[in-house]
Amino acid sequence: MADFDQELDASGLNCPLPILRAKKALTGMESGKVLHIIATDPGSVKDFEAFAKQTGNELMESKEEGGKFHFLIQKA
Amino acid sequence: MDEKKLAIIATKGSLDWAYPPLILGSTAAALGYEVEIFFTFYGLQMLRKNANLKVTPLGNPGMPMPMNMDKWFPVLGTALPGMEAVMTAMMKKKMADKGVASIEELRELCQEADVRFIACQMTVDLFDLNPAEFIDGVEFAGAARFFEFAGQSDICLYI
Repeated sequence: MADFDQELDASGLNCPLPILRAKKALTGMESGKVLHIIATDPGSVKDFEAFAKQTGNELMESKEEGGKFHFLIQKA
Repeated sequence: MDEKKLAIIATKGSLDWAYPPLILGSTAAALGYEVEIFFTFYGLQMLRKNANLKVTPLGNPGMPMPMNMDKWFPVLGTALPGMEAVMTAMMKKKMADKGVASIEELRELCQEADVRFIACQMTVDLFDLNPAEFIDGVEFAGAARFFEFAGQSDICLYI
C-alpha cells in the first residue's frame, strides 16, 4: 500500500458512516494529501468509488486484505 | 460547477422510516449537495430533542419477527400488547450491533454538514407541538418555503 498522510478506521461502521467520516477527515486535510480508510462494510467498496467520482477526490487504491477493505483517497 | 440540490419531504415518524431521509440527506451533503429536508406531519417526531421513535410490526408483513411469530400469529401476534416496545428494543440492539448510526447521530451529522431542517408550521399548530421540544437550528415555515428550494432542486424525494 502506498504512503498516506492520515488514517481513518471505520471498521464496524455501516452505511453511510464510513463515507461521512471520510468526508469529515478530508475536509480537514490539505489538497494533495492522502487519506487511508479502513472499513468492514462490503457496501463501502462501491460507495467510495462513487464518492470519489462525485467529489473529484481521487481513489488511488481500493483493496481487500484480511477481511477488511482499504482505500486510499487523495484530496483534490 | 454549480452545487447540486436535494430536497426531501419527510412525513413518517417511526424509527425505521426516519432513516431514509437522514441517510440520504447526510450522504448527499458529503457528496457536495445542498440539502433541505422539510418535515411534516409525523416526520416532525424526528426533530424532537427526545425523539424516542418506535418501530411497529403491526400491518407490516415485510418486517422479520423473532421466532417466526408472524407465521404463528399472523395479525394478532403483531398486535400483542408490548410488542411495539419489544420490537423497538430488538431493532435498536440489532442496529447498534451492525454499526448502524442512531437517529440522533445522523441528525447531528446532517446539521454539521449544513443540511437545513424545516419544520412544517401548520403541523406544529395542528398537533399543538411545542417548538421548545425541538432540536436547535430548525426553521419553521410553510409549503411555499419548501418550493422556493425544491423548485430548483435536481432531486426531490417524498418519504
